Amino acid sequence: MTASPAPGFDSLAVIAASIRTGERSARAVLSSSLERVRELEGDLHCFNEVTIEAAEADADAVDQMVRSGIDPGPLAGVPVALKDNMCTVGIPTTCSSKILEGWLPPYDATVVSRLREAGAVAIGKTNLDEFAMGSSTENSAFGPTRNPWDTGRVPGGSSGGSASAVASGMVPLALGSDTGGSIRQPAALCGIVGVKPTYGVVSRYGLIAFASSLDQIGPFTTTVADAALALEVIAGHDPMDSTSLDRPAPSLLASLGEGVSGLRIGIVEDFITEGSECSDAVLAAAAALAAAGAKLDQVKIPELLLGLPAYYVIAPAEASSNLSRYDGVRYGLRVDGPDTETMNSRTRGQGFGPEVKRRIMMGTYALSAGYYDAYYGQAQKARTLVIRAFEAAYRDFDVLLTPTTPSVAFPFGSKVDDPIEMYMCDLCSIPSSLAGHPAASVPFALSPQGLPIGVQVLAPALGEAVMMRVAASLEAAAPREARGPVTP
Amino acid sequence: MSESDRLITSEEVRRVARLARLTLDDEEVGRYALQLSALLEHVDAVRRLDTADVPPTAHPFPVENVLRDDTETPCLDREIVLSQAPAAERDRFRVPRIMGEAP
Repeated sequence: MTASPAPGFDSLAVIAASIRTGERSARAVLSSSLERVRELEGDLHCFNEVTIEAAEADADAVDQMVRSGIDPGPLAGVPVALKDNMCTVGIPTTCSSKILEGWLPPYDATVVSRLREAGAVAIGKTNLDEFAMGSSTENSAFGPTRNPWDTGRVPGGSSGGSASAVASGMVPLALGSDTGGSIRQPAALCGIVGVKPTYGVVSRYGLIAFASSLDQIGPFTTTVADAALALEVIAGHDPMDSTSLDRPAPSLLASLGEGVSGLRIGIVEDFITEGSECSDAVLAAAAALAAAGAKLDQVKIPELLLGLPAYYVIAPAEASSNLSRYDGVRYGLRVDGPDTETMNSRTRGQGFGPEVKRRIMMGTYALSAGYYDAYYGQAQKARTLVIRAFEAAYRDFDVLLTPTTPSVAFPFGSKVDDPIEMYMCDLCSIPSSLAGHPAASVPFALSPQGLPIGVQVLAPALGEAVMMRVAASLEAAAPREARGPVTP
Repeated sequence: MSESDRLITSEEVRRVARLARLTLDDEEVGRYALQLSALLEHVDAVRRLDTADVPPTAHPFPVENVLRDDTETPCLDREIVLSQAPAAERDRFRVPRIMGEAP
């Protein structure tokens, strides 16, 4: 049932197993990963920083453990890339913003520690839309990342660097963060698997905050089984994150091959458009699941369409509060002024890029006296309506299917001047974010132009196990050429 | 959208920018007036929603206060933290003056 990566690329489990038995060294696996980075980075620009020396030291430590008879863990020697909004001690963490350029975090994010404890080897920090705000990675202060399927097109965003690094075979695993679709949308546009877990399943400690009630970390991989393994490693309670759920990490791999027989699966009609290649992929996916024994039905959930406008009030409101910490006092950029308020304002005016400023302005407006109830208050109530609508739908269905994105990867520059057009990219991914539910994007088809199309599987809170089972069945039914790694 | 039916004026953009502590140039003020107006129009569906009897959701799951045992543990090293500040002096963050000149 579970799929293998392309020839020449091994699954996480195969890499780890060969290193644990001493058949291959972590150092050799790292070398081939870095070789691929050297070959393709000039075309793709996935990384803000490649940490070669630290990676070599980590790989050597893994090899030393194997020689000493100590098991390095389930991800022994697996090269991994980290989105550059996750804190790494002594390694620059920029959020692709000039306001944090050169900042060295004093602590590691919990996910970074968990990966290391499992034996993984971090090779660098990946590019993103500044502070994770965007759907194309064009908002990076350090230049865009390119899509390995067509370097004239965006990889999606905001975790575009992580998605492109996995889709081009530089690393078999990367972490991203997802606030309204920032893992799932780039996964779909790059032909790989991307999972946003239930809110609170993965610790946010050390993830630089964008919108705290929505942000969640998750994996990018080329197969569903790899995503399940990675999620088992990074999930679980963390006392350093007060919103971390106090429960053990979910067990996902064990049930991955159980199939979909008897499952009730709903196709969300509100996101299906006639003549759309992404919608056609969902219908084909539904047919494949029905053939595998699932019970498929259409379902109308019109409240989900409130998600996009509610999100574009709530997320900017939370961001305007979270990003107030960049004031030129404690870290990052300072642009001097005669008094502190002028210094604060100049620092922020020059340090933030246009999209971040736009969202801070929108959020500040929505929270300001006289507008709070009309915008922020109403958006919070719309969020309740989205959650209630999901609750009703999940009485009849185990999981729901939608397109991950309304369209395939688009050319650079085609949406940058129209923020709303860009925001539409997240139409189908936002509702699960507002509800705190898990969702996964699985590569399922190729468009006539040869660009990958993702299908999104939605599940209720803590429904990761059933969601991943459905994802594995979709993967088994999808054509091999619809997913990465690819060579640009 | 014409100048007259804009939802947000340049004046209002300047007011919000002051609240957000963002120095904007005139070109940015004009651009954000247009773009924020378009955004507000887009989110109007939410503003117009009939939400009588609908409670607000601030967080996907109920959030409870989390308390740890009141035991001393090391915190971040002061030198390391201050080494990242744009300006520090005598174990403190240094900032320009925060109050007006004395009369």
